[in-house]
Amino acid sequence: MNPVSDAMDRRTMIKWVMAASAATAAGSQFSWAAAPAAPVKGYGTDPDLLKKYAAGDCWPLTFTAAEKATAAVLCDTIIPADDKGPSASSVKVPEFIDEWVSAPYPNHDRDRKLISEGLAWLEAESQRRFQNDFASLVLRQRNAICDDICHLPDAKPELRQAARFFARFRDLCASGYYTTPAGMKDIGYVGNVALEKFEGPPPEVLKKLGLA
Amino acid sequence: MPLIDPDKAQAQYDVIVVGSGAAGGQTAYTCALEGAKVLMLEAGRNYDPVKETPMFQTNGDAPLRGTSTPDKPFGFHDATIDGGWQVPGEPYTSASSEPERQFWWWRARMLGGRTNHWGRISLRNGQYDFKPRSRDGLGFDWPLNYEDVAPYYDKVEMLIGVYGDNRGLENTPDSPAGCLQPPPAFRAAERFGQHHGKKLGLPVVPIHRAVLTQKQDPDVLPAKIHPGNPRAQRLLADAMRARQACFWATPCGRGCSIKANYQSTTVHLPPALASGNLDLISDAMVREVTVGPDGRATGVVFIDRRTGKERTVKGKVVVLAASSGETVRILLNSKSARFPQGLANSSGLVGKYIMDTVGASLGGQIPAMESLPLHNEDGAGGNHAYVPWWLYKEQLAGKLGFARGYHIEFGGGRQMPGYGTGAGMENITRGSYGRKFKEDARRYYGSFMWFAGRGEMIPNEESFCDLDPVVKDKWGIPVLRFHWKWSEHETRQAAHMQRTFADWITAMGGKPRSQPQADGAKAIEPGGKIIHEVGGAIMGSDPRKSVTNQWCQTWDVKNLFLTDGAPFCSNADKNPTLTIMALAWRASDYLLAGLKKGEL
Repeated sequence: MNPVSDAMDRRTMIKWVMAASAATAAGSQFSWAAAPAAPVKGYGTDPDLLKKYAAGDCWPLTFTAAEKATAAVLCDTIIPADDKGPSASSVKVPEFIDEWVSAPYPNHDRDRKLISEGLAWLEAESQRRFQNDFASLVLRQRNAICDDICHLPDAKPELRQAARFFARFRDLCASGYYTTPAGMKDIGYVGNVALEKFEGPPPEVLKKLGLA
Repeated sequence: MPLIDPDKAQAQYDVIVVGSGAAGGQTAYTCALEGAKVLMLEAGRNYDPVKETPMFQTNGDAPLRGTSTPDKPFGFHDATIDGGWQVPGEPYTSASSEPERQFWWWRARMLGGRTNHWGRISLRNGQYDFKPRSRDGLGFDWPLNYEDVAPYYDKVEMLIGVYGDNRGLENTPDSPAGCLQPPPAFRAAERFGQHHGKKLGLPVVPIHRAVLTQKQDPDVLPAKIHPGNPRAQRLLADAMRARQACFWATPCGRGCSIKANYQSTTVHLPPALASGNLDLISDAMVREVTVGPDGRATGVVFIDRRTGKERTVKGKVVVLAASSGETVRILLNSKSARFPQGLANSSGLVGKYIMDTVGASLGGQIPAMESLPLHNEDGAGGNHAYVPWWLYKEQLAGKLGFARGYHIEFGGGRQMPGYGTGAGMENITRGSYGRKFKEDARRYYGSFMWFAGRGEMIPNEESFCDLDPVVKDKWGIPVLRFHWKWSEHETRQAAHMQRTFADWITAMGGKPRSQPQADGAKAIEPGGKIIHEVGGAIMGSDPRKSVTNQWCQTWDVKNLFLTDGAPFCSNADKNPTLTIMALAWRASDYLLAGLKKGEL
C-alpha cells in the first residue's frame, strides 16, 4: 500500500483535472488576504529572535514518510548538486517545506493541500507511466514527468493543476535552498559581514552597467 | 532599560509622558535633560536592543525562512514585539464592510514603540508643506512656518544622526552645515536608476536616513544641541560615545545593537535615564487623563498589564505621545461631567482628519543587472537614494489631475536571500528546473528592482475615528472605530506612480513584473498600511477649528500637550517621524518655559 497514492482519491483527481478549465492567474492564489488576518497560534508575537531555529522547533512537522521521500527526490530534481553548491535535500530543504506546509498560519493549509495532493499525483503518475515509485525512477524518467508540468502556460489542460503544484514546490524549494549558507554562496551573496567602509559597486560592475 | 515598579512612582511629576517612541522619547529627553522630573508610561514590555537585536542572523535561522506572518508582519527578525495591524486582545473596528474603506491600524507594544523597526527615512517638510491650503486651496495651513521648525530639525538631525546631503531642490530643504552625516555611496541599482531616470527627469539623490555613517563628534554636537546646559552636554556626549557607526550589515528593521541607527531605546532614553530625571514604567496601558475641578489635567489612569490593577499617577503637565490613534482614543475616553464628549474636544474635532501616506508599488526585472560580478551591497540596511517629488510646477499648473506630490523609494540588487529568493521566475525562465534552474537563479538574482511611491493625502471629512459604541479591549477600554475614504487626489496619484514606475523600468531596458495598474483605486494600498497615520487632533490658530495650538498644547486644557502625529493638519509625502520629533522638541521647550514661569 502506498499511503501517498492513497491520499489522492478519485474525487480529488477529477477536481484537479476540472480545475484546468477554471485556472486563476499563476501565483495569485498564494497572495495574502486583502485584510489583516486575525491572530492565530503560531510562534507568538514575542518569540526569541536570537535563537537559530530548525524545522519542527515551532510546530510539529506533518509529512508522512512517503511524502518525505517523494519531496526529497523532487527537491533534488529541481536543485541538484553541481560545482557551485550541494543538492537541496542535503541542506534540509525538504524539512523546510514540511515546516511550511505544517505551519498554523493562514494560507499554509492551502499549500498543505496543494503539496500533499501534488506529491500523491507525482507518485500516481510515476506508477502510471513507469510502474515505479518516483524516487526509484532514473533521471530521464523523472524529467519526462517534470517537463510536462514545469511551465504552467505550456502544460496540457489535464496537467495544469499538477503544473501549479510544481511551480509552488519549486518556489518553496528555492526559498529553502537559497537561505542556507551553502545556497547563499551558490547564488553569489557575499554580504552579511561587517565592513570598515562601504564604497559602492566595484569598477567591473559599473563597467558592465555602462556607468564607468 | 532600568524601569521602576509602579509602586515606586513619585507622588507627583513635572511631566507625565504617555508613550516611548519618537514623540515620547523626544519629549522625555528634552524635559529630563532640561531638569524636569518626568514619568514615562509605555503600554508594552521593556525592551533592550543591545541584548535583543538579531544581528547577522540569516533568514535560514528563522522559522519559515523569516517571511512575514500574522505574528510578525514584517518578518521574523523584524524588531517589532507584540505589534502589528492586529494586536491580540486589543481590537479596533471599521464603520464599513467595504474593503476600500478599511483603515489598518498599526500598534507596537514595546519600549521605543515603532522606532525600533521603522525605515529611518528622515525628510524635512518644506515651505509648501506647512502652507498647503495657501498654495492650492485644499486642506489646512499649519499655524507655523518652516522657519519656526527649522532650528528643531537641525537639533534633531544632530542628535539622532541623519545621513544625506543638500541639493537645493524645490520644497526639499537643505540642512545647515554640520547637521547631516555623509551619505553612503549608491548601490549598483541606485546608480543605474539614477542614470536612466535622467531621461524621465527624475532627480535621483541621496535619501536622508537616521543611521550613523561615522561616529558623532561628542566634542562639538552636544554644545550646539544644548547651549548653556553643561550637564546635558556631558550626558549627551557620553551617550554619543556609546554609539558606533554603521558596519554595513544587518537590516535596520531589526533594530541595531551597536546603536548605529536611531531608535528611541538607543538614542533618546539612555541619556534621559542617565540624567536621573526620568522614571519609566512599562506595561502601563493608559486609559484616561484625569482632570481636576479647575478643568486642568492632574495625571493619568493606567492599567498595569501584569496585574490588571488600575493605577493613578499625578503630574503638573500631561503629554500624550501614544501614536496619533492611541492619543485620540485616550482623549475620547477621558469623559467627565465637564467634558462629556471627551477631553480637549470642545471643537468636536478630536478623531477628525486622520491621514496616512498614499502608497503604491511595482517591481521590474532589469536584464542589464543580470550576472553582475559578485559584490557586497548590503550597505546601510536601507535605501541610499530616492526621488523627491519633481513635478511641482506641472502640478501647480493643474496638469496632473491631483493636487499633491509623492517621492519614490526604490532599490534592488544583491540583498540577503530570503523567502522568495529564486521564486516566481517562471515567466523569464520558462519553468526551468535542475541544473538550468540553478544557473538561472544565479543569473537573475540581483536583477530585480522595486519601486514604491509615498505620497501626500489631503485630509477629508470622511476619514476619521470615533469610539466604537459596543466593543471594548481586554482591559475594558472602549476601542476606536475607523471611517475611511481616499479621494481622487490620492487614487489618481497612485495611478501616476504606476505609470512612472513602468516608464522608468522600461527606460532601464527592463520589464515590469506585473501589469502597471491604471486604476488608482486598485493601485493604492489600504489606509494605514504605510503606517504614517497622523491627524485626529489637528493644530490650528482658531480654537473652534482645531484641537491644539502651534505648540501642540490643547486649547481646552492648558497643561495637556499632544506631541505625536495627532496635531498634524497635513501629511506631506515626507515621512512624518522627523517632523514629529522636531515638533515634540519645540512643544517641550514651550512647556518647560511655562513650568518655569509657574504658568502650568
